[in-house]
Amino acid sequence: MVETFLFILLIFMIVGSVIAIETKNLLSSVISCGIVGAAVSIAFLMLGAPDIAITQVVVEILILVILIRATIVIDNTAVEAHWDTFAIVSSLIFFGLFLVFAFLAVQDLPPFGHPSMRVSQQYLETGLQKTGAANIVASVVLDFRGYDTLGEATVIFTSILGAFVILRRKGRKHRTEEDTEKVGILSEAEIREDYEEFRE
Amino acid sequence: MATKPNLASSDSPKGMTPIVKTVVRFAIGIVFMFGWYIIIYGHLTPGGGFAGGTILACGYVLLTLAFGKELALTKMSDMAASIIDNTCALLFVLMAIVGIAFGYFFLNFPPHGKPFDLVSAGVIPLYNILIGLKVTSSLFAIFLALSIFGRFISKLVEEAEEEE
Amino acid sequence: MILYFLTLVLFVMGVYCLIAKKNIIKKIIGLTITDYAINLFIILIGYRAKGIAPIMFKNMTMRELAEYGVDPLPQALVLTSIVIGLGVLSLMTAICLRLYEKYKTFDMSEINRLKG
Repeated sequence: MVETFLFILLIFMIVGSVIAIETKNLLSSVISCGIVGAAVSIAFLMLGAPDIAITQVVVEILILVILIRATIVIDNTAVEAHWDTFAIVSSLIFFGLFLVFAFLAVQDLPPFGHPSMRVSQQYLETGLQKTGAANIVASVVLDFRGYDTLGEATVIFTSILGAFVILRRKGRKHRTEEDTEKVGILSEAEIREDYEEFRE
Repeated sequence: MATKPNLASSDSPKGMTPIVKTVVRFAIGIVFMFGWYIIIYGHLTPGGGFAGGTILACGYVLLTLAFGKELALTKMSDMAASIIDNTCALLFVLMAIVGIAFGYFFLNFPPHGKPFDLVSAGVIPLYNILIGLKVTSSLFAIFLALSIFGRFISKLVEEAEEEE
Repeated sequence: MILYFLTLVLFVMGVYCLIAKKNIIKKIIGLTITDYAINLFIILIGYRAKGIAPIMFKNMTMRELAEYGVDPLPQALVLTSIVIGLGVLSLMTAICLRLYEKYKTFDMSEINRLKG
């Protein structure tokens, strides 16, 4: 029952991603990507992971808002003049081979529904008694595997910091002219001059 | 002498139509309450720091979209977001190091309490709150930076097209 | 088995979009689809037949959770992976905006041809 429902969801996801890849209007393709994300969240709920379903829905909403607000308002079309034949043909050949070998490799995994839970059996049996938290996933994330959470907080911190460094403009509107000349930062007027020169 | 515009009124030109502003005024409190509920009860029900933090960031994004960025900046300015982000990251590492005094790195040192209580499970609710605040401020700050920068680029592009 | 294979097909389609399309925003969308496929694959591996979520309620015995609970370890990995995907996407969008400011287009072939 769960298997048939997941099968239908996966077919839906594949159709959605075909639409997201091929359509020429960028707004439609971003919305199709959002539909794929919503279907993934329903699949997580079917598979017994409510934490992950909440996180996936909210993160996917933020992905949509960031992509639309930051990029689509600038330029909305994705029309290509001519196909990149070499890239398309070589990637199709490679992915055909990959899928053949993936089909053979997937037979070696444990069958769907019978995972080999060697460490997780200990977490399930002794989690409440050792940490006192009723949510075993929270105790795994923050107590048994707390070091991984520290690494993940570092990765998020670094990526947001990198995005800020890339987006930093050299001048600021509310600084006065004398301040910028003293410190050596360009003012907005000078950025405009540079921009005009570049445009010519 | 012009008086200062009331940023949250339905007549101010920034943001969206008055219908959207009225609905957001009702819904925004529920969104923030829900986000804090998911963070604080993260050790008893599904959720935790990451999910709750992202929900709070979505609440701030909703404020920005409906009322304009001036109002959202009065609620959480970029300096405040930067301070909260860095302080919570530092406190997270410090609390992990304090565990060394009791045994090993990341030891769950506070008393565990009774199961199914709100105050239980030692250090896990505190970690949830710190991570929730960190994720909220980070994601809201990056959303503001991207949308301000996007507006800057479209302004430059429009001026270039007007000159041609 | 067929579920694992379909998830890998979704992954391959995401990587195809990353390679063969020339618009930068399409490449970002391809990377996002790849991200979804990998998270789904990891959670699929951890599912137990007739399983319940690994959360304890009152009046529930420990035996029920140990016998029917799904694997909590992949869920811990995927929880961090989803939020990391969001951080990486914001970094990529920042780079795209800078490229648009400099080259006035999102098309990768134009950006290759123009000299700085």
